[in-house]
Amino acid sequence: MLAWTIYISFIGVLVLMLLPREAARAARIIALLTAIAGCVVAFAGAVRQPNPGEVTTIVKIPWIPALGANYFLAADGISLVLVVLTGLAAIAGILFSWNIEKRTKEFFAFYLALIGGVYGVFLSFDVLLLFVFYELTIIPKYFLIARWGSTRKEYGAMKLALFSFVGSHLVLIGLIAAWVVARAQTGHASLDLVELSKVSFPLGFQHWVFPLVFVGFGILAGLWPFHTWAPTGHVAAPTAGSMLLAGVVMKLGAYGCLRVAMVLFPDGVRMWQNEIALLAVIGIVYGAGVALVQRDFKFVIGYSSVSHMGFVLLGLATLNTIGLSGAVLQMFSHGIIAGLLFAVVGRMVYDRTHTRDFNDLQTMQLGKLLPFAGVTFVLAGVASMGLPGFSGFVAELQVLMGAWKVFPMATILAGVGIVVGVAYILRAMQKAFFSESEERRAPARQGSSGDQHAGQVPGAPMEPISVPERIGAMMLIAASLIIGLFPGLLLHWIQPCWNSPLFERLLKGGSL
Amino acid sequence: MNYLQILQLAAPETALAITVLMVLAVDLIALRGQTVEQRFHAGMLVSIIGCLMAAILAFAHFEQGNLLNGMLVVDPQTDFLKVVLLILTIFTVMISASGKFTEHVGEYLSLVLLGTIGLMFLVSAEDLLMIFISLELASLSLYILTAFNKRNARSSEAALKYFLFGGMSAAFLLFGFSLLYGLSGSTNLPQIAAGLAGRGLDPLLLVAIVTTVIGFGFKVAAVPFHLWAPDAYEGAPTPSAAFIASGSKVASFYILAKIMTMGFAGAEGSAIWQGYVSGWTPVIAIVAALSMVLGNLTAIVQSSVKRLLAYSAIAHAGYMLLGVLASTPSSHSALLFYVITYALTVLGAFGVVTVVEAATGSDAMANFAGLGRRAPGLSLCLLVFLLSLAGIPPLAGFIGKFFLFSAVVGTDAEHLGLLWLVILAIVMSAVSFYYYLQVLKQAWVLDAAANAPAIKVPLVTMVALVLLAGLVILLGCAPGLLTRHL
Repeated sequence: MLAWTIYISFIGVLVLMLLPREAARAARIIALLTAIAGCVVAFAGAVRQPNPGEVTTIVKIPWIPALGANYFLAADGISLVLVVLTGLAAIAGILFSWNIEKRTKEFFAFYLALIGGVYGVFLSFDVLLLFVFYELTIIPKYFLIARWGSTRKEYGAMKLALFSFVGSHLVLIGLIAAWVVARAQTGHASLDLVELSKVSFPLGFQHWVFPLVFVGFGILAGLWPFHTWAPTGHVAAPTAGSMLLAGVVMKLGAYGCLRVAMVLFPDGVRMWQNEIALLAVIGIVYGAGVALVQRDFKFVIGYSSVSHMGFVLLGLATLNTIGLSGAVLQMFSHGIIAGLLFAVVGRMVYDRTHTRDFNDLQTMQLGKLLPFAGVTFVLAGVASMGLPGFSGFVAELQVLMGAWKVFPMATILAGVGIVVGVAYILRAMQKAFFSESEERRAPARQGSSGDQHAGQVPGAPMEPISVPERIGAMMLIAASLIIGLFPGLLLHWIQPCWNSPLFERLLKGGSL
Repeated sequence: MNYLQILQLAAPETALAITVLMVLAVDLIALRGQTVEQRFHAGMLVSIIGCLMAAILAFAHFEQGNLLNGMLVVDPQTDFLKVVLLILTIFTVMISASGKFTEHVGEYLSLVLLGTIGLMFLVSAEDLLMIFISLELASLSLYILTAFNKRNARSSEAALKYFLFGGMSAAFLLFGFSLLYGLSGSTNLPQIAAGLAGRGLDPLLLVAIVTTVIGFGFKVAAVPFHLWAPDAYEGAPTPSAAFIASGSKVASFYILAKIMTMGFAGAEGSAIWQGYVSGWTPVIAIVAALSMVLGNLTAIVQSSVKRLLAYSAIAHAGYMLLGVLASTPSSHSALLFYVITYALTVLGAFGVVTVVEAATGSDAMANFAGLGRRAPGLSLCLLVFLLSLAGIPPLAGFIGKFFLFSAVVGTDAEHLGLLWLVILAIVMSAVSFYYYLQVLKQAWVLDAAANAPAIKVPLVTMVALVLLAGLVILLGCAPGLLTRHL
């Protein structure tokens, strides 16, 4: 059943491609219906999964026998969490791009192709298939940003595409090498993740191949120092693009690290555990620190994503069940919260004011003009800071608890990162929405000609927050609150997974 | 042996030779005074029917055999490759059909078919003399095809360059072959290997290896013997360039792998990391590495799409040479898969360039701007072809790369000795993504000039392109359809 999330998305792409060029409204509605259908299927499939701790096969048919590749879709609890996240993020992204007027049908076609690829990655249990879906997401990402983006869009899009492609090629080297070694050892070719996880690769081999694959996926997860695509990419992207990038695409990287790199090379993880934790903590502190000094509203959120994804990587490096559960929970939580933050900045504020510069925003008193945006940002902000009651708190707390057992120093530094996180959110909140500045300059940019929001006079009423925006925002806030108050909803999917044979060698010590 | 047997074994080639005469005759006799377009369409129809007949004959071959000690070897694999070559020729003819570069329609089409005959004999040859003769038959046709646009001085220049380089490489090849004959006393590949066995790697054999590699290096456009390729691709009429890049690549790589693995069996040496042994594989490894690096890096700065495709062809030749040097059965079939899918893809890419060139007057990258709006179907095909060349799944180019690289690494599973070459190849293919994306950016991201009209794609070309794009997707999703024949 879950496999239909993928098919529905791609059917949506086909339908959109067949639409006449002018039918913008129909394109929006079709896209929204597709996303809702995908989300419903994701939810229903997830709830009906009998045992989230086990890898439940959805479909498995031979694909390329010579390589041992199967069309193998399956799900365990971790996949379920991320599939549900994808469903939610997809709907929210469409609601927040309701105002796309330029080439609407193409925009949503690329958008749904991206969503379909993401579902595919989260459900693939064949390494080659996973890789196929993983690379399939690069192309729509590129076009979404380059075509519909804003600030330095072509640069940002190309940088993102190249970083992703280089990363996936590092992974490809590792996969080919692992395939060859496994075939030599077991005597038959296989690309099945479950089967490959039983192969014990030689230690010397794991020592070099693990970092290759981990960094290859990690690039997309915003692993410091390979994160530089993230801020530029997020800033350049259209609102829905940044929401998806931060919301689900970065999770693809983290998911790949966990699902492929760590499961296949458990000894390699142990050899490089400290280095990963170090990079993760640097990412947390550095991302937060840089976010604190940005002048561009969207860059603040862009760097905060790097910081928050650092928690995911730190959680992965702990190699204990609390830390790992925290990491998966943080993937979900950050997906929701970052999506919301980008929605406020990109859609609610930028599309109306045409500036993201704090100096300009300060003069506009947005808190009064756009109260809904202000409230949403406050809620998203406190969720992002990790206030109890929101999903960020449970997730980051678990990561820190897991990390405390293994890397006490790193945990303290990560705590510092949280404090800085509070600071940059408060600063952004104050500058953008609640500035008391009396000096009311006109916005620096008077907007492009012919644009209906152009030339906003300070203090004049702005286009009110539209219904789709309100629905989208409330949906995401609700998701964050529900998981914050009842983390068990997701944890009872995540936690049983650690007992499955897939993670046995990763968690129960090994030859090191 | 009798003549009937020759005729039976060479039935596809014979059918094609008759078609050549028919195309000429039809064009000269029946179509006097018609427009170029009508003549092209009639000629195309005759050629396609002839190719299909030949393909059916090749596909339904009941006879298998080895005539005159390797002069003409027919087995299921060569038959299949002939079918592939014929299919590529059909597509080439379809792409040419809307061409406005010549009035000599009959000559043009018959030369394409003659070239195909040469390539088909090449695939069937296991004898040095036969290899050389069929290679020359194919090459001479290609030289003339390159020069076919008489209104364009660059076409003649490109042809002259191609011809001079080609003649030189033929000389090298003959020199190498003569040494081989002198060393082993035979022109038949397996007998050469037997004759060379136990001799060790003496200087004469090394010279023979190097000159053979040089000769074929020219044919497949590998660095440092690639200099003719960008000029020839750019100057030649685009369909001719497509033929050089597709059909001739398939046959050349097949025969190169055959000569190396059959003729030089026993003189492989080794190209594995820190385990270097002299022989022919290290020579190929160097050529391959140079091609991958230089081809990809030079392609980045090109502003003409045809030149870009030429440099990317050089890079792809580098990847394919890896398949030659691994020389295991699995790498051999991976090489064939790669080169066949590559030929289909690049043919499609050239087909798109042909249309754009006809509509806008040149193949400069800037002329692709806004193609997504001006010709949506065409640019969708372009997207498929270029992404396949870049190796994006689930297109055929990706699966080909995976087959090829895993087969190459798999030859030395214990020490992963050839991994260094594969790492180089993968890193370089990551580089290649950048320049393919540059073209796609023009087509899909940038806007055309405000008053640019929609581009009308000729029906025949569009059919060919859609079929090619379909094949590229199909072979990527279900590679088993092709691998079972290789």
